[in-house]
Amino acid sequence: MAETTEILQVLPLDSWHRAHGARMVSFAGYSMPVQYEGVIAEHLWTRTNAGLFDVSHMGQLTFHGDRVDAALESLLPGELQLLKDGRLRYSMLLDEEGGILDDLMATRRGDHFYVVVNGATKHDDIEQFVRRLPKGVVLDHMKEQALLALQGPRASEVLEALVPSVSELGFMQGDAFTISGMPAWISRSGYTGEDGFEISVAAAAVEHVANSLIAHDAVKPIGLGARDSLRLEAGLPLYGHDLDTSTTPVMADLQFAIGKRRRAEGGFAGDMRILAELESGAAQKRVGLNVEGRQPVREGALILDGEGNEVGRVTSGTFSPTLQRPIAMGYVATPLSAPGTALKLEQRSKLFEATVTPMPFVPHRYHRKQGA
Amino acid sequence: MSLHFTGEHEWIRVEGDVGTVGISNHAQEALGDIVFAEVPESGRSLNKGDEAAVVESVKAASDVYSPVAGEVIEGNTALADDPALINRDPEGEGWFFKVRIADKSQLNDLMDEAAYREWVKTL
Repeated sequence: MAETTEILQVLPLDSWHRAHGARMVSFAGYSMPVQYEGVIAEHLWTRTNAGLFDVSHMGQLTFHGDRVDAALESLLPGELQLLKDGRLRYSMLLDEEGGILDDLMATRRGDHFYVVVNGATKHDDIEQFVRRLPKGVVLDHMKEQALLALQGPRASEVLEALVPSVSELGFMQGDAFTISGMPAWISRSGYTGEDGFEISVAAAAVEHVANSLIAHDAVKPIGLGARDSLRLEAGLPLYGHDLDTSTTPVMADLQFAIGKRRRAEGGFAGDMRILAELESGAAQKRVGLNVEGRQPVREGALILDGEGNEVGRVTSGTFSPTLQRPIAMGYVATPLSAPGTALKLEQRSKLFEATVTPMPFVPHRYHRKQGA
Repeated sequence: MSLHFTGEHEWIRVEGDVGTVGISNHAQEALGDIVFAEVPESGRSLNKGDEAAVVESVKAASDVYSPVAGEVIEGNTALADDPALINRDPEGEGWFFKVRIADKSQLNDLMDEAAYREWVKTL
């Protein structure tokens, strides 16, 4: 099969990344920064200071219409009808068999919902939403909107210097603000396990905002390489690797994202299967793995039981810069998913000892407000 | 003493019939932070082009191929505890293994240093 020539899309900050020393790679159809000074340095910087990520490749969507919350609930298993204004919820777009088409963040924003989906899947997601939602729901893809993430223990100090009132946000809350004179939607959320913010601004304003943030000496730009190792340490799945249509929310150990009322009532795509899996367990389950030695075990490695039978596969693996050891996640037969279970991994004909480990590998440090 | 390079960015420094093998500065820059290296044990017999060693960055694994045929006489044990040595000094202390070269005429297939440095600029 002939490979089609991929025409890469350019981020609004493309020249900014290059000027800051980024090495650019192709990702999700975009030319994107994979690293600046180096993955490990950027990773550790984010865990100790504040990292600035450009995630403008992600899809930013709005949904308007009567009972838009109930309409979205037909495709997403999350509790959206009871979601308060300015609150975010992690959810998943499901196919009719309960397989995961994408994972996403949904926010109730006044009379509509604001939804952020993965860059690689956004066009397919839009097609799904348009085809499967009632005609009264109007979807807008905000193509002229950029998205930045500021993550790390000093993120709040940095952002509060520019936007004092963001201190009022607790984890998984968002609101409209003005940053450096530009209107922005800012939420306290992210993909690193750290406290931090995601900042949605017009593409035309994003360079100005990025420069305001990077002017603080606690902030450095962080590439996709560290974004991946940070999210893996935080135990957060990556769509297309740890999640796909062959996995369900229960298999993926994401049942926290299925609301209590939704469990009782169903009424979402794939509900029969997912409610049955909630009741009696799924055949496989996503787990964390601590790997012995120093060599990373990566996506595609086989997971074997003590007798050498194949019981699953690794879906993500790396060397943890924080823990200074290899870590991985993968799917195993549910009876072997208990923490402490000893397993073997097979990669390029070599066997590795591994132990099922609770995730996150590195504790989350979200800013949860009392009584929020 | 002579220094030669392969198209896969290995180098081999030859003294007598012993070659010391590593990866080039260009290769370590392309790999990024190296977190693991596995070197061959002494006594192992290698053909030219054999997968002799493994090097892993945070992002990906790469094989290191033997530039020549021969018998491994030493692997660099320092890399097990300090794989980042390859990033810091790729063409010096970050060597991978030493090999007793079976047939020195195989060196004629490799690039000399000037040719390699020029070629890398074009990549």
